[in-house]
Amino acid sequence: MPFLFLLPAAIIIFTFRILPIVSALAVSFFDAGFGRIEGFVGLEQYGKLFSDPAFWQSVENTFWFVAGVVPLSVGISLFFALLLRKGVKALGLYRTIYFLPVVTSFVAVSMVWKLIFHTRFGLANALLEKAGFDGLQWLEEPTGVFQLAAQALGLSLPDPLHGPSLALICVIVVSVWRGIGYNVVLFVAGLQNIPEHYYEAARIDGAGRLGIFRNVTWPLLTPTTFYVLVMTSILSFQVFAPIYLMTGPPVGGPLGTTNVIVNYLFETGFGPGGNMGYASAVALVLFALILALTLFQRKVVEKRVHYA
Amino acid sequence: MREALAGVRRNWAVHVVLIAGAVGFIVPFYWMIATSLKGPGDLFQAPPTWFPQDVMWSNYPEAWGTVPFPRYFLNTMFVAGCIVAGVVVTSGLSAFAFAFLKFRGREGTFNGFLSTMMVPEPVYIISSYILLYNLPGGGADGWINDYSAMIVPWLAHVFSIFLLRQHFLSFPRDLVDAAVIDGCGPLRFIFTMILPLSKAALTTVCLFTFINTWNSFLWPLVMTNSDSIRPIQVGLAYFAQEQGTEHGLMMAAAVFSIAPLLVAYFFAQKQIIESLTHTGLKG
Repeated sequence: MPFLFLLPAAIIIFTFRILPIVSALAVSFFDAGFGRIEGFVGLEQYGKLFSDPAFWQSVENTFWFVAGVVPLSVGISLFFALLLRKGVKALGLYRTIYFLPVVTSFVAVSMVWKLIFHTRFGLANALLEKAGFDGLQWLEEPTGVFQLAAQALGLSLPDPLHGPSLALICVIVVSVWRGIGYNVVLFVAGLQNIPEHYYEAARIDGAGRLGIFRNVTWPLLTPTTFYVLVMTSILSFQVFAPIYLMTGPPVGGPLGTTNVIVNYLFETGFGPGGNMGYASAVALVLFALILALTLFQRKVVEKRVHYA
Repeated sequence: MREALAGVRRNWAVHVVLIAGAVGFIVPFYWMIATSLKGPGDLFQAPPTWFPQDVMWSNYPEAWGTVPFPRYFLNTMFVAGCIVAGVVVTSGLSAFAFAFLKFRGREGTFNGFLSTMMVPEPVYIISSYILLYNLPGGGADGWINDYSAMIVPWLAHVFSIFLLRQHFLSFPRDLVDAAVIDGCGPLRFIFTMILPLSKAALTTVCLFTFINTWNSFLWPLVMTNSDSIRPIQVGLAYFAQEQGTEHGLMMAAAVFSIAPLLVAYFFAQKQIIESLTHTGLKG
């Protein structure tokens, strides 16, 4: 009897989640065209993958992307949430506005930002030029931002220190912009869960505003912060839509500096001459990276979380 | 007095920053709308103008007619409608079993379901494609490029099961026991007790399922290859790639593709914000 109630969900979850998850590993040991498994190749896909510079570039770009989005998103969201906390009048109105991009599709968001970063007719350069600066190449700029900063000072950095391209930074900005409202709402809820009497006790003990933040707000907010950190990291690792819609042509440009792992997976699996076995190997590396990061956060970062 | 003044001044500073933030969130939307009303004269001006000099309303009908947007909308509505209905039924039934029925393997099954949430979509999208390609029925490519590929794999949603189970567990034990003692069968129990008490939780499930389906991109991009079944996000993306230089048309299409959700958002913002933040977001 209970199984009748479970059956519909169980069939779907088994067939369309568990089966594909388990077979993703198996597929990576084969050559596969569009939907058709061909020959067994053992670990060959992984060998090819690890010797492809484009793959390593996509890993590096993804790491830059995560390293940019996560601290910016968490930091800015926390900042706005702290400002919104004190029952500021019109909290609802601000929250409504900040959340607007979250309900807007990433496709539409990417399209308008691509125009904003347009080198000739875009808003970004118009504002820069109005402020008396030279316009930038934005999404068409393959040079690393550290190198650009150094050049502005008349210096030049060695190649490995160039950093993520300005084009990738543009995509980071857009991703942060779209996600802030979501994290702000989580932080505001977390802040509202901190009992008022902790603040009263701290004030009676003569704590200043900084002291209250460091000894009351921050520690008691760590469960929320940790959750936001983990979720934002996992989502950032899977970035695809803004890369696909804002960069190139070809997607991932200029010079492959915005080619992230999921886009590499998409191109090698579904692009012309694609090999789904190869793409499945990419998928497993992506999973291993996300898993490793999550475990690291669980083991190392979570030690500093104060669960009430 | 002095302290009160300092408070007001500090609050002023807070509002200035918050308003600056709000402007930062609104300007891209403004830019989208302003550009959607610009004609060639305005579009190719460097630097660009804040306001369209002569308003081109015709961008909207032109974008609407260039590619089959009405069809894309219908496709999205159909797919999202099926998925919402399916998720409510499958999650409701299994959450009921997990919360109220006792059977062997209950915890194991539940944990098995939950563990699938750890694996992100791009990881299993390739093997899903192969699976769907090889399933019987559908067209020449199996389920690929068929509504079934967009709908069936999403008819169950683990987090919804989790959410509804949590909700059901919060029902007072006495209520459940009384119903059982009075000989209330499971279906009657579901329809007369659970449903009326679960409106909020079910609304949450419906809203985020609908919004996530409406905005999902990678899955339908991969699983479809014809205009007749393409959903709005994929249609819009193709439109953007083909009409890359027609900025006015592109923005008009972007505006009408986000309009339905934004209108819904203005009417039900509280429920939508809660629904999305209690559950989760897809890229």
